Amino acid sequence: MEKPAIHHAASVAAPSRLLIYFKKLSKQKMLMLMSLPFLAWLFLFKYVPLWGWTIAFQKFRPAKKLFDQAWVGLDNFRTLFQEEAFYLVLRNTLVMSTINLVLGFGTAIVLALLLNELRHIVFKRTVQTISYLPHFISWVVAANIVQTTLAPEGIVNVLLLKLHLIDQPVLWLGRGEYFWGILGMTEVWKNVGWNTIIYLAAITTIDPSQYEAAQIDGASRLQRIWHITLPGIKPVIVILLIMNLGHILESGFEPQYLLGNSMTVDYSENLDIFVLKYGMQMNNYGLATAAGMFKTVVSFIFLIAANHIAKRLGQSRLY
Amino acid sequence: MSQAKRSRKLHAPVSDAVFDACNILFMLLLIVVTLYPFVNMFALSFNDANDSIRGSIYIWPREWTWRNYEYIFNEAYIFFATFISAARTIVGTIISVFCTAMLAYAISRPDYLLRKFVTIAFIFTMYFSGGLIPNYLLIKELGMLNSFWVYIIPGIIGVFNMIVIRSFIEGLPDGIMESARIDGAGEFTTFMRIVLPLTVPALATVSLFVAVYQWNSWFDVFLYNSSKIELSTLQYELMKVLSTSTTTTSSGGTAADAFANAQGNVTMVTPTSIRATMTIIASLPIIVVYPFLQKYFVQGMTLGGVKG
Repeated sequence: MEKPAIHHAASVAAPSRLLIYFKKLSKQKMLMLMSLPFLAWLFLFKYVPLWGWTIAFQKFRPAKKLFDQAWVGLDNFRTLFQEEAFYLVLRNTLVMSTINLVLGFGTAIVLALLLNELRHIVFKRTVQTISYLPHFISWVVAANIVQTTLAPEGIVNVLLLKLHLIDQPVLWLGRGEYFWGILGMTEVWKNVGWNTIIYLAAITTIDPSQYEAAQIDGASRLQRIWHITLPGIKPVIVILLIMNLGHILESGFEPQYLLGNSMTVDYSENLDIFVLKYGMQMNNYGLATAAGMFKTVVSFIFLIAANHIAKRLGQSRLY
Repeated sequence: MSQAKRSRKLHAPVSDAVFDACNILFMLLLIVVTLYPFVNMFALSFNDANDSIRGSIYIWPREWTWRNYEYIFNEAYIFFATFISAARTIVGTIISVFCTAMLAYAISRPDYLLRKFVTIAFIFTMYFSGGLIPNYLLIKELGMLNSFWVYIIPGIIGVFNMIVIRSFIEGLPDGIMESARIDGAGEFTTFMRIVLPLTVPALATVSLFVAVYQWNSWFDVFLYNSSKIELSTLQYELMKVLSTSTTTTSSGGTAADAFANAQGNVTMVTPTSIRATMTIIASLPIIVVYPFLQKYFVQGMTLGGVKG
C-alpha cells in the first residue's frame, strides 16, 4: 500500500530531464522559427550533396535515373590514380598553392609592416583604400586586365622593349612555363592590400612603449620593425599560415580557368578544372566526383591536422 | 625633460629619413601599379575603337568617343545582362543579409537550447563540400536549372558572414536585450526593433561582401543558366568576350572582325574596345561603393579573422 503512493509521488515530483528540455524548447518557438528553416536549407544544400559522393562509386549515366546507376566499386578511383593527367593536375595544384601561399604571405606582411610606418595618416588611408580595390573587382575583370597588360602591345611588352630588355614582344600568356609566375603575381596584385588588414589589426595590439624604449636606445626604423613589430605579429602569422596550409589543395579556380588556354594547359589545369573538364564537358560524372571527393577528404585531413598543430602551439583554434 | 627630448630628436638618424622616403616612393609605386590598369581600361573605353588598334593608349583617350558605350547599351543582351546583375545583387543581398542576421541572432542567444547544435552544423560545412557534380545534380533535380532563383537560394547563408554578425551581436551590452524582454518583447521583435539597428556596422560589412559576390558572379551562370540568355549576367557576358579574345593572338584579328570588315561596314567597335567598356561598367559600381564602407569591412575582417 505504501509503495505505490511513494512511486506516484516520486514520478510527480521529479519529471524526466527530457520533459523539462522539451518544455523549455516549446517556449523558444520564435527562436526555432528564426533558425530551423535555415537548418533545413543547410541540410538540403550542404549535406544532401555529400550523399552525391556515391556517384564516385558508380558508372554514372546522366540519362538513367539516380537509382538505376551501375555500381563499379573503386573502379573510378583506380582509373583516377592511374591517370597521368591526374598527377599532372595534382602537381599543378600543389605548386600554384605553394607559390600563392609564399608570395601572398610575404607580400602582405611586408606591405603591412611598411604601411604601419607611414606617418601621414591621410596618405596612409589613401594608399590603403586604393590597395583594396583589386580585391573587390571580379576575376573576370582581373583576367581582362592581365590579358590587356600582357598583350603584345600591352604596357609590359612596351616597357620591356623601350628598356631594350627584349627585342620583340613576348606572348606571355601563351607560354606554359610562365603561367605559374603570372598567376602568382596576379594573385598578389589582387589580394595583397586586403590581406594586410588582419596584420595591421594585429600590429595595433603591440605595446607602444616598446617602440619608445627602442627609440631611446637608438634603434633605427628597420631595427624596430625587425625586433618589435615582426615578433609582435608572429602569433597571427603562424595561425594564418597553418590554416592556409590546410587549404593547400584549394589553389583557386577562376584565375586558372580564365587565364589558362590550350597552350598553357599543362601548367594551368588544377584539380577544380580537372573536375570541371571530366564532369561537365566529358560527362564522366563518376570520375569527376571521385576526384572532387579526393580533394575534399584530403583537404579535410589537412585542415584537421592544421587545427591540431595550431592548438598544440598554444594558440586558439578555429572556433 | 628637454634633455631627453633633445636626445630623442638626435636619435632620429638619417637612416630613418631615408627609410621614410623610400617607403613613400614604394607606396606611390604601389598606387600606380594598382590603378594603372583601370585608368588604361577607362582610356580604352572612351577611345575610338579603330584608333585603339594603333596602340599607345595609356592613361587618356586620344580620340574621345562615346561610341563604345552607345554600342554596348544598344545591344539588348548586354542591357539585359546588366539588369540581371543589378537584380540579383539587390535581391540577393537583401534576402541573404536579413536571413543571415536573423539566424545569427538566434544562435547568439545563450539560452537557446539548440544553439550549439545549429552552430556546429553550419561550421562543419566549412570543412566539407559536396563538390561540383553533386551540387549540379542537386540543382538539376530541384528544377532550379535555368532559373533566376539559382542565383539566390543556394547561397542564402554564408557561414563566415553569420559568424561576423553573431560576434557583433554578442558584443552588444546584455542589458539592452534584457530590458526588451522585461518590456515583454518577443524574440523576433527584439531582433527587428532593437538588435538590427544596433548591428548596422556588421550588416554593412556583410552586405558589401554579399553584394560584391553577387555582382561578380559568373560561374553559376556558366554552370546552371548558360542556355538561357535572358538570365545572363554582365560578368558572364564579359567572360564570354574574354574567352573569344584569348583564342586570337593579336588584339584585333578575330574572325568576327574580319567578317564585319568584309561586310563593307565601318567597324565602330572592336573586341578590345568592347572588353574595355564592359570592364569599366562591370567594375564601376564596386569602385564607387567600397571606399565608403572601408571602416566597416576592416572592422569586420578583424573581428572575423581574429576569431580564426
